[in-house]
Amino acid sequence: MPTALLRLFPIFTLLLSLLAPHAQAGDAADFVAANPAKQATLLETWSAHPDAARLPLIEALQKGRLASDSNKAPFIQTDTGWQAAEGGDAQPASEPKKLPLNNRLRGLVGTAQASHQLLAKEPAVRLAAAQQLQKSAKPAQLQLLNARVASEDDDAVRDALSLALANLQLIDPDPAIRLAAVRLLGETGDPLARTRLETLLDPAVETDAGVRTAAETSLAQVKRRLLMGELLGQAFSGLSLGSILLLAALGLAITFGLLGVINMAHGEMLMLGAYSTYMVQILFQRFAPDALALYPLVALPVAFFVTAAIGMALERTVIRHLYGRPLETLLATWGISLILIQLVRVLFGAQNVEVANPAWLSGGVQVLPNLVLPYSRMVIIGFALFVVVLTWLLLNKTRLGLNVRAVTQNRNMAACCGVPTGRVDMLAFGLGSGIAGLGGVALSQIGNVGPDLGQSYIIDSFLVVVLGGVGQLAGSVMAAFGLGIANKILEPQIGAVLGKILILALIILFIQKRPQGLFALKGRVID
Amino acid sequence: MKRRPFLKATLAASTLLLSGLFPYTLQAAETIKVGILHSLSGTMAISETSLKDMALMTIDEINAKGGVLGKKLEPVVVDPASNWPLFAEKARQLLTQDKVAVTFGCWTSVSRKSVLPVYEELNGLLFYPVQYEGEEMSPNVFYTGAAPNQQAIPAVEYLMSEDGGAAKRFFLLGTDYVYPRTTNKILRSFLHSKGVADKDIEEVYTPFGHSDYQTIVANIKKFAAGGKTAVISTVNGDSNVPFYKELGNQGIEATETPVVAFSVGEEELRGIDTKPLVGQLAAWNYFQSVDNPTNKKFVDSWKAYAKAKNLPNYQTAVTNDPMEATYVGINMWAQAVNKAGTTDVDKVREAMAGQEFVSPDGYTMVMDKTNHHLHKPVMIGEVQDNGQFNVVWQTEGPVRAQPWSPYIPGNDKKPDYAVKSN
Repeated sequence: MPTALLRLFPIFTLLLSLLAPHAQAGDAADFVAANPAKQATLLETWSAHPDAARLPLIEALQKGRLASDSNKAPFIQTDTGWQAAEGGDAQPASEPKKLPLNNRLRGLVGTAQASHQLLAKEPAVRLAAAQQLQKSAKPAQLQLLNARVASEDDDAVRDALSLALANLQLIDPDPAIRLAAVRLLGETGDPLARTRLETLLDPAVETDAGVRTAAETSLAQVKRRLLMGELLGQAFSGLSLGSILLLAALGLAITFGLLGVINMAHGEMLMLGAYSTYMVQILFQRFAPDALALYPLVALPVAFFVTAAIGMALERTVIRHLYGRPLETLLATWGISLILIQLVRVLFGAQNVEVANPAWLSGGVQVLPNLVLPYSRMVIIGFALFVVVLTWLLLNKTRLGLNVRAVTQNRNMAACCGVPTGRVDMLAFGLGSGIAGLGGVALSQIGNVGPDLGQSYIIDSFLVVVLGGVGQLAGSVMAAFGLGIANKILEPQIGAVLGKILILALIILFIQKRPQGLFALKGRVID
Repeated sequence: MKRRPFLKATLAASTLLLSGLFPYTLQAAETIKVGILHSLSGTMAISETSLKDMALMTIDEINAKGGVLGKKLEPVVVDPASNWPLFAEKARQLLTQDKVAVTFGCWTSVSRKSVLPVYEELNGLLFYPVQYEGEEMSPNVFYTGAAPNQQAIPAVEYLMSEDGGAAKRFFLLGTDYVYPRTTNKILRSFLHSKGVADKDIEEVYTPFGHSDYQTIVANIKKFAAGGKTAVISTVNGDSNVPFYKELGNQGIEATETPVVAFSVGEEELRGIDTKPLVGQLAAWNYFQSVDNPTNKKFVDSWKAYAKAKNLPNYQTAVTNDPMEATYVGINMWAQAVNKAGTTDVDKVREAMAGQEFVSPDGYTMVMDKTNHHLHKPVMIGEVQDNGQFNVVWQTEGPVRAQPWSPYIPGNDKKPDYAVKSN
């Protein structure tokens, strides 16, 4: 008997090795059958004991592609159909239903995925996994992380893993290990490290005085890095708000600043620019869905010419009759703005329209652990500067610009020298409106597009132009960024509502002291 | 020279265009007039326009079945344009000029507070279909949305539970008006009772129509570093679009920092790419994804109606909680009028008590006998990548409303029946 068994042994082992992948594949069935609490335990166990064969299952869970049919058999959705999660080519008995996950399970799936990816061949994947584990590693993974740190051969990954490990070692019974972990955490700029270190300052939590002192030093280091990230973040959001104000106000800097038209319909030019973007998006969706991502680029010239044409038409029909009569200009342009709003309401409906961000304008780049710069904001800052340069070149380096400046400085003299003042007025007003249209394209990417869009920017636009100094492009730029940054410094301290009020009060005081604004035209041409 | 005539022409043209705003009323022999008072423009239009359409659909349905008391219902639609004083003006116009038997309307609490004195003075009847902060029980209003104990408090309890992520810190973000402020007052007191300290609660408000959420989202991230955080959002209107865009752009994920919203439903999420928002939460008493035959019929008839009336973006038409509450409210009112045999406000009010209706949320809704609120089930849903919600938690059955929240001192002395607020 024993000999017979011994002889059979190799066959047994062979059979077992054949069965091995199936033993793993049982995981999917276990998971599908379990209740949420059991599923959480399963995921925690898997995180502590990763197995390369389980990765497809976890990835399917992460993407929400695990489903089960009426027999509770697990299936994974592929691009073409369903594949049995247990391997083999079984087909679902009924249309499989996707497994619902809640946030807690989704978080655990993320941790499990990271710990499985530590087994990957590519260092880049391992590095990303290690960084994920810095945030979410669970105490049960201590052994796993220790083993991985010891066997890791890529320096960057090992450093990242050591940090993840240090988070878990803060509660190690050995003070020497705790001390090393605390020192290591001092090297990071992770906001979570701050909280972890802060708890160690309490003598009731951390009994070893040496570790407490080390924690204090590390905490100071972490805080310094965090402060840096915060300040950079505030500066960036100030610049971003400033660039939006600038785009909103730049057109007005020409129509009001240079031409002197109190243009209450300026906000509606922004709105029309945003609606032009919407129309271009609709046309792309219908006729060129493949190139949809490029629609904002096409929308720029479209918005410019649409709003410039409307602006020129307004100038020729209404505004030119009112030159030199500011009060009537104000009322007439206010009326025009109401008409334009109502026109858009009739054409497009009173509700906001959907202008979607293309993929290259969504998301952001992580610069520091506590600082993410969104792409859309960066693009808008760049775009604002581009428009400023463009306007400056137009006004200072072209014949049109020369004429505009001549007419605004001394209309009669310019007319005597043969400048067609009427035509120049029209073109300049068109230019101002067109630039407002460009601003509208940018605004459509970050806010809501509705008939009232212009109303919320008109006051800010006037503030920027008046504060900067009427007639000065550089003044508008300075005023826009100044207001943006001041707003963003005040907002966290006293809230969005009070911040706005305070800024308004400050501007009124400033204008009282210096009615000509930040920058004033020097010389005798001023009337 | 030619200036005057031109000005006159502009004026005439604008008057012409403006006149398009005014409601038109059908001429019919014997009808019962029904007022619909929802913002069709301005910051709240994103939420309220669909309520107007839902009200019209429900009225169509009732008329198709022969109307009420043998008479057809005739809707009178007005647009208060997200302008709170205008709400009161339009309400007075509905009651005195159009002589409507009942009004269905309002979304924000500030608009309801603005029309309340009008309805109490003229003894009108208002059906209010949106979840709100409580602290009110007028004999002239029936509240078909949720009171705090039917939405806010269960949602926070869920966030504190193991499944909801066991949140320890709470970031209360809202639009600056009565509903978010009162709700957050109730929640703060509730959180205190659960042992959450003031340093773990942050309250932030933004104006209506606020569109720059950079600083606030950055502050949420900073706050969240101090322990497991949940954001409780009472942001209303179209500000939600830039808020959720910013959340996605700055990479705040639901698994780390869940955001539970009390005023965001399927309708508000149309127009946002919901992929970065998967797992964010909303607390309501109904979701379109609720699976039962009544709801299937409700959703189908809404989609068919949106298509037939060629509503904007009818291809993506969705239903949501306040739409369901509007639907239930109008049907209950029709039942009550039939029971009372008259549209007289006092008689209808009596007939409303205990009124029942099989509603799309899967339950038979009951109007409470005394407190003017519906008994409602509470559901927590998670945003899916298709803009729908997946219900992750719900109460066993309908919950009775407590409009006077026990978490506000002095409310234990308030009567449990409706009295005029004066």
